Amino acid sequence: MTALAAPPRKKRLRAVPKVVWFFLLIPAAVEIGMVFWPAVNSFYLSLTEWNGLGAAKPVGLDNFKNLFADDIFRGALWNNVIWAIGFGGLSVLGGLALAVALNRPRRGVGLYRSAIYLPMVFSLAVTGLFWRVQYQPDGTINTLLGAVGLESVEKQWLANPDTALYAVLIAAVWRQVGYVMVLYLAGLKSTDPTLDDAAATDGAGPWQRFRYVTWPQLRGVNTVVFAVTVIDSLRTFDIVWAMTQGGPYHSSELLSTYMFQQGFTFLNLGYASAIAVVIFALALIFIITYLVRATKEEVA
Amino acid sequence: MSTATLTPVPAKTAGPPPTKPKRRRGWVFHAVMAPLTLLWVAPMVFVLVLAFRSFDDIAANGTAAWPVSLSLEGFREALGRGTMGRALWTSVQVTVPAVLLSLLLASWAAYALSRFHIPGRRAILLTMLAGNLLPPQILLIPVSRVMESLGIYDTLYALVAIHVGFGLGFYTFVLHGFMRSIPEELTEAARIDGAGVVQIYARIIMPLCRPSLAALGALATTWIFNDLIWAITVLRTEAKLPVTAALLNLQGGYVSNWNVVAAASVIAAVPTAIVFFAFQRHFVSGLLMGSSK
Repeated sequence: MTALAAPPRKKRLRAVPKVVWFFLLIPAAVEIGMVFWPAVNSFYLSLTEWNGLGAAKPVGLDNFKNLFADDIFRGALWNNVIWAIGFGGLSVLGGLALAVALNRPRRGVGLYRSAIYLPMVFSLAVTGLFWRVQYQPDGTINTLLGAVGLESVEKQWLANPDTALYAVLIAAVWRQVGYVMVLYLAGLKSTDPTLDDAAATDGAGPWQRFRYVTWPQLRGVNTVVFAVTVIDSLRTFDIVWAMTQGGPYHSSELLSTYMFQQGFTFLNLGYASAIAVVIFALALIFIITYLVRATKEEVA
Repeated sequence: MSTATLTPVPAKTAGPPPTKPKRRRGWVFHAVMAPLTLLWVAPMVFVLVLAFRSFDDIAANGTAAWPVSLSLEGFREALGRGTMGRALWTSVQVTVPAVLLSLLLASWAAYALSRFHIPGRRAILLTMLAGNLLPPQILLIPVSRVMESLGIYDTLYALVAIHVGFGLGFYTFVLHGFMRSIPEELTEAARIDGAGVVQIYARIIMPLCRPSLAALGALATTWIFNDLIWAITVLRTEAKLPVTAALLNLQGGYVSNWNVVAAASVIAAVPTAIVFFAFQRHFVSGLLMGSSK
């Protein structure tokens, strides 16, 4: 490691031309103004009580104390856990299974792949509306259930507090599976096919080959998929906003939708900022995971 | 590659001979994948059909029935009174400058960080990337305040500005990775020939970056076009809302007119679908650059 930084670099060590500083400083200034400065402000606001008018009143950690006594917040936090596990688990399982199935080129594979990642190009809001239509009382889902004699299962999926969160989750997974599949397809491409063939020659079955030959080679992709999925699930907002706005009775409320309501509907800016800080804290560990992985790639 | 052995042999004989396991596996594969794929596209097809049905038809037969007639009523209503037409234009006005500006600024930063010995450049790069990974919720309230103090709150400039600012870190990171792979000798030779820093950027680096710029461009276009949360954060006036936000407003106004809602969501989905089909290869490679590279 230490020997690497020695002589050959010397030529590049000449002074950085002035114009290059402009090249760097202009984008950096934009990002500081639009991202880092606002982020710092959120931390400050989370320690205040503010309705947007006049000066923010510092209240110390009161917002956070109130948060953990707030049933809606705790519900949203719990829903976020369900969301992260359900959304992450289902889209990883689905995406991985499809990637394995569609990995080797054969007839029709291109068509299947395209169909499965097509939903990914739609916005989450569009996805939400697509599925709202299906979940209508007389929509496709109830009609299909009726057609196979399951009338008793028919529901107002989005208006029922027991099912609303899961109904939204299915729609979100439908869109995410294609993305995860693309990531795993890339991961599978970088695995060594000769290992798989060798294992097959030695008599290993498909499951054994996957479990002991392919899976260990997907470690890197797994880390990325894991981090991306958790970051995505903490960010999830659009699809819930489009389908239920967190209702009915906060049953599909996530931290992000609750934060938006507190901030932009009720103008409890301090309280909303405190929720945002919680979201940030939860995301932090996964952001770091992603960055560590990115660093490794930079070095490689 | 062992692909040849796995491709099912195109044979004319009807009925799979039971002695060829490879061929039977191919049949099972399609038997599973074809219905699954149909199931996957079914919601899209259903919405598309719904969009072309008339209100009377839906009212009489329900949303899940087969269409009895086709009509453009839903689209006419959505584009006209439903304001989707205006919203589409707004989205174009936001997306085009935001994508171009993001890529321009990102290419500057990536150029500076990848070709020059700027102290702490790795830390700068990762910090910029980290900015893009932040949950937007931590920025929403202060960003709307920043826009107010810049005097551009509730204007499309604000929306462009936040898209550029928020996306920059990621685009910079990806372009940096690509620019680093351009051989030093190339730019060194140009420098010896008397090319300046700016010329090298414009004449050598940028043309070589075209593939990754295309991929990032496709990706950025769909992200920005599909955005909802920034639009409803920095815009207040309904008439200024871009497609995604306008779509949700429309939904509130046409509660039981499912043909209008379906038509509006089709309108909102079509532009990104076009980008997807036109740039399919770029699009997928763009996604990969972001994550596993």
